[in-house]
Amino acid sequence: MQGAAGTRAGAPPLDEGARRVGEVILAVEGVSLSFGGVKALTNVSFDVREHEVRAIIGPNGAGKSSMLNVINGVYHPQEGKIRYLGREFRDMDSHEVAQSGIARTFQSLALFKGMTVLDNIMAGRNLKMRTNLLLQALRIGPALREELEHREAVERIIDFLEIQAYRKVPVGRLPYGLQKRVDLARALAMEPRMLLLDEPMAGMNMEEKQDMCRFILDVNDQFGTTIVLIEHDMGVVMDISDRVVVLDYGKKIGDGTPDEVRANKAVIDAYLGVSH
Amino acid sequence: MLYRENGQFKSTYASDQQMLPILQDRVFMMALLAFAFFVVPIVTSEYVFLSLLIPFLILTLAAIGLNILVGYCGQISIGHAAFMAVGAYAAYNLVLRVPQLNFLVVLVLSGLIAAAAGALFGIPSLRIKGLYLAVATLAAQFFMDWLFARVKWFTNYAHSGSVQTAPIELFGWTIESPAEKYLFLLAVLVLFTLVAKNLVRSHIGREWMAMRDMDVAAEVIGIRPVYAKLTAFAVSAFYCGVAGALWGFVYLGSWEPLAFNLNLSLNLLFMIIIGGMGSLLGSYLGAAFIVALPIILDQIPNWLGVPISTATSSHLASMIFGALIVFFLIVEPLGLARLWAIGKEKLRLWPFPH
Amino acid sequence: MRRHWPVLALGTALLIGLALPLATGAAPVGFYVEVLLGGLMTGVLYSLVALGFALIFKASGVFNFAQGAMVLFAALAVARIAEHVPLWAAILLGMVIMTALAWVIERLVLRPLVNQEGVALLMATLGVTYFLDGFGQTVWGSDIYKIELGIAKEPVMILPDVFQGGILVNKEDFVAAMVAALLVGGLVLFFQKTATGRALRAVADDHQAAQSIGIPLNRIWVIVWAVAGFVALVAGVIWGSQLGVQFSLAQVALKALPVVILGGFTSIAGAIVGGLIIGVGEKMAEVFLGPVLVKAFDLAGGGIENWFAYVLALLFLLVRPEGLFGEKHIDRV
Repeated sequence: MQGAAGTRAGAPPLDEGARRVGEVILAVEGVSLSFGGVKALTNVSFDVREHEVRAIIGPNGAGKSSMLNVINGVYHPQEGKIRYLGREFRDMDSHEVAQSGIARTFQSLALFKGMTVLDNIMAGRNLKMRTNLLLQALRIGPALREELEHREAVERIIDFLEIQAYRKVPVGRLPYGLQKRVDLARALAMEPRMLLLDEPMAGMNMEEKQDMCRFILDVNDQFGTTIVLIEHDMGVVMDISDRVVVLDYGKKIGDGTPDEVRANKAVIDAYLGVSH
Repeated sequence: MLYRENGQFKSTYASDQQMLPILQDRVFMMALLAFAFFVVPIVTSEYVFLSLLIPFLILTLAAIGLNILVGYCGQISIGHAAFMAVGAYAAYNLVLRVPQLNFLVVLVLSGLIAAAAGALFGIPSLRIKGLYLAVATLAAQFFMDWLFARVKWFTNYAHSGSVQTAPIELFGWTIESPAEKYLFLLAVLVLFTLVAKNLVRSHIGREWMAMRDMDVAAEVIGIRPVYAKLTAFAVSAFYCGVAGALWGFVYLGSWEPLAFNLNLSLNLLFMIIIGGMGSLLGSYLGAAFIVALPIILDQIPNWLGVPISTATSSHLASMIFGALIVFFLIVEPLGLARLWAIGKEKLRLWPFPH
Repeated sequence: MRRHWPVLALGTALLIGLALPLATGAAPVGFYVEVLLGGLMTGVLYSLVALGFALIFKASGVFNFAQGAMVLFAALAVARIAEHVPLWAAILLGMVIMTALAWVIERLVLRPLVNQEGVALLMATLGVTYFLDGFGQTVWGSDIYKIELGIAKEPVMILPDVFQGGILVNKEDFVAAMVAALLVGGLVLFFQKTATGRALRAVADDHQAAQSIGIPLNRIWVIVWAVAGFVALVAGVIWGSQLGVQFSLAQVALKALPVVILGGFTSIAGAIVGGLIIGVGEKMAEVFLGPVLVKAFDLAGGGIENWFAYVLALLFLLVRPEGLFGEKHIDRV
């Protein structure tokens, strides 16, 4: 199974414990979402197991980004619920979702254009920074220690994603591929348990895709982070994912391992544009 | 050639994150501070103190406050002079009713009261933004205008509605002469600038900037919008409250409620637009510009030998003002601070062109 | 129904406040109706100014802070020109001047800033306000000028039999209301029935889509600003004949901001309804609520009018940000 990411089956996992796919940590149950008259999602249900790489695929407009937005708390579905780590929710605010360990990247980069790369990633550490306003104002003792501690953590992520040279550059000036890496870095800075990636390889050339695949797999291997990703490149999806969900016109039309999904007639029809 | 970072390597995060990482910047800043504290008081005339430096220092403080809210946190406010009024009247009442308080304590307390008002009037920002928020802040402005004009307790039942203050006494030192006022204000401003710098480069500062740049993404990384916005309003109002107290006590001496009207609010806004939003240096530059402009405009007819009535010159000032606002917004929306930064970059390359 | 309770609560509170003076008998019915009518008349004038706001926002998404200054400028122009030529000619010339002004503003201010966000444009119109203010007073002078519309200024007593003592109504106010109604009617016809009007509505809906079907954006914007200028002219002439043309006109025009908030920024109907609500609310608050507050808190005089409109707008913003007739925003990520 060679492809953009290279083979997975042959290479020994870096961290045996982290790679082992575990229990279900996220369950989407009967979620329906509409905007005014437009139905984005209709009765979608699937689950995600810990430590796995789950791909969501489907033609354009299938509702994939909306699905991530629902999991993330950005959109609140009209029906259905999300079950995460035993908690049930439908209308949690996105910052509460973030606090419970879910991070995400965006398809159209949502970087903070007015800040440098370093500041953007440091912003991701925000959840862990707890000193109060007064101490920050005086920048003594605990506040200073905290800044330096988190700077170290961020530097490790910068090393991991190989963007050392661009630390102090305002993100707006970086080329697209690097901006995507910063987006990923910021999500990683949150030390999330589950990472939602929205088309992480969109607009990249072959080399950049290989790099990004490598990073994603490393994250999954080294930190044990569960990955849910939306991706259009079938080669990538087939190579790096453990299981796949297929959406079309807001409905689920396929769910299983990459091989199973590839052979599913409904999926093939959807991609070929066979009307139904 | 002079302005190079060659050889200045940083081996600890602490040294990398210091305020002025480049040696030449540190030297320049030390020299500037020395000049401001030791040379200026001796060589400057009373007129320059009273009409330029003193208002400049106080308005810079207020501009920093407004910049924190508008430039760093991205929440618009066109009624911010209201918080200066809160600070001024709070200080007046504290000095009047609790005379044994040290004036520095009065300043801090006035700031805190203004901060509370700021947080209160910042609540609309949790539901609305942009232009709608701008109009909501106007409500704060006009309400405060009315409050301090009508509720007689604030002005101690003065007939005319205006209040008088005595010169400040601090640890036995009476701050009366223009030079003394200047030094006091300079010390306060430097201190508050340091605090502001600390705030904007720590995590609350990043929260503010994240809310400004993309609030949806900020929420997604765990930033609580309520906390970020209300702290921005509160801190910003704190600065303006202290500035208002200083404006009343040190600069004006006595004032009526309309001293903190919409015009002042708009002036503050123009300061940070022209100076540079999201930049502490920009607050300084903008305040200097706005304070100096009317004076320069007044003097130009004299230099040219053409007599103009004061009414006409103030109309001309309005025109030039308005035109400059538009000009800056079109040509350099990041303000004078950006021009300064470009200048510094050219200096780094000097004498090479690129 | 659950979602609407804040709006309903606010509306009910306002209605109760409106009915209280009558219910408690604090004022004779005739007087109450007088105040009501006075508020409505003021409201009509606010609506006129707010119309200009709504028009420009509708067509170009720009929040024209300078609308007030435009009203003042137009009024000044007409007042001064009318000293030398008959009033109708002055008004025509004023129209020419306002159109030219619209063209200049579009060219010099709007076009270069078209890519920046709304707040930058708001600040730019603030700059235009200051400029127009100074420019107007430099060119036309800064005294108080009169505009003579040739209508009798004494109030007329009507319905002396129905209400005790009759009701005092100002003839000029009446004419103002008629003119405003005509203007609104004309504008509605313009927007619905003419090709230009349709183009304007298309632009208001979606700039890029309108461009892609060949609508010349820049020309449309000039037209919109010219229409807004015309509305400003009408407003300026009417206000000016009542109050005299002076700087405080611009301040008064700021009141139109709460009006568009109540009505919805993009709605012409909203500008009218909002203006009436604000006008009535303000007057009622000043006349009936004011003395109550003065007694209760030992205040130095009334002046509720100065902030009532804004606080009302603020409350509306919290319960119904899109205004009565505006469109709801959906932020998509």
